[in-house]
Amino acid sequence: MTPTIGARIVHKEFPPISRHTLALYCGASGDHNPIHVDLDFAKAAGYPDVFTHGMLVMAYLGQALTDAVPPPRLRSFSTRFVAITQLGARLTCEGHVSELLEHNGERCVKLALTTKDENGDLKLSGEAVIAL
Amino acid sequence: MVDQSAVGREFTPVTAHVELGRLRFFLDTLGESNPLYRDAQAASGAGYAAPPVPPTYLFCLEMMDATVPFEFLTALDIDIARVLHGEQRFDYRAPVVIGDTLTFRPRVTGVSEKKGGAMTLVVVETSVTNQNGVHVADVSRTVVIRNPRPS
Repeated sequence: MTPTIGARIVHKEFPPISRHTLALYCGASGDHNPIHVDLDFAKAAGYPDVFTHGMLVMAYLGQALTDAVPPPRLRSFSTRFVAITQLGARLTCEGHVSELLEHNGERCVKLALTTKDENGDLKLSGEAVIAL
Repeated sequence: MVDQSAVGREFTPVTAHVELGRLRFFLDTLGESNPLYRDAQAASGAGYAAPPVPPTYLFCLEMMDATVPFEFLTALDIDIARVLHGEQRFDYRAPVVIGDTLTFRPRVTGVSEKKGGAMTLVVVETSVTNQNGVHVADVSRTVVIRNPRPS
């Protein structure tokens, strides 16, 4: 792998997020915060509807990442949750090479990662460090 | 309201088991079809003793097997309805695979206020070790608390 700064390494699109997805993710992830699945609770908290777990969106980004990069090479993975991801969102995850670096004595690349919805609105912004 | 006195607070360690069935449920929910996570031979070919967990699954394991759900929220008197996830980070040090038993040790490492006190950011860092005492990962979460307006 001879990485070029700016090269797009990661790209994956995901199906629309449904209430069913949120219910399954609640059970499968152990995150039982009712705000993601219980409309009454979400409304009482001041939200118009339930909304996606940030970690579900990060799991999609992680999936896009390890489709492109062998998991044993992954050294770190971080994200900032920029905006709430609404029901029905169709997410696209991307990653570009942003830097070549040394990390604990290994040659690595840093990827700049994004997740955007179908309107191009940024939901997650992150980075990953991958050993070469 | 959470303040600097929370920094250094530790919570009950969580012992979590990486189980095939639970992991399959997670993979199916996300439409994850990468054979590495499902197939022992594919995992072996990549150098793993058994299928590894996907990159964010450590976060889930800690929640699934916590004896006190959302302990850091209740212990710090934070209303779950006012919490948003701000940032999340994983540093991977060694493989985590099906069959492992992990210990999570969470600790508050930072509290800061934003927007003139309208929001409080709390950072919880968690070190993760396996059944052999190997330090396999560090996990860091930042939660954002939307504080009530002063009345």
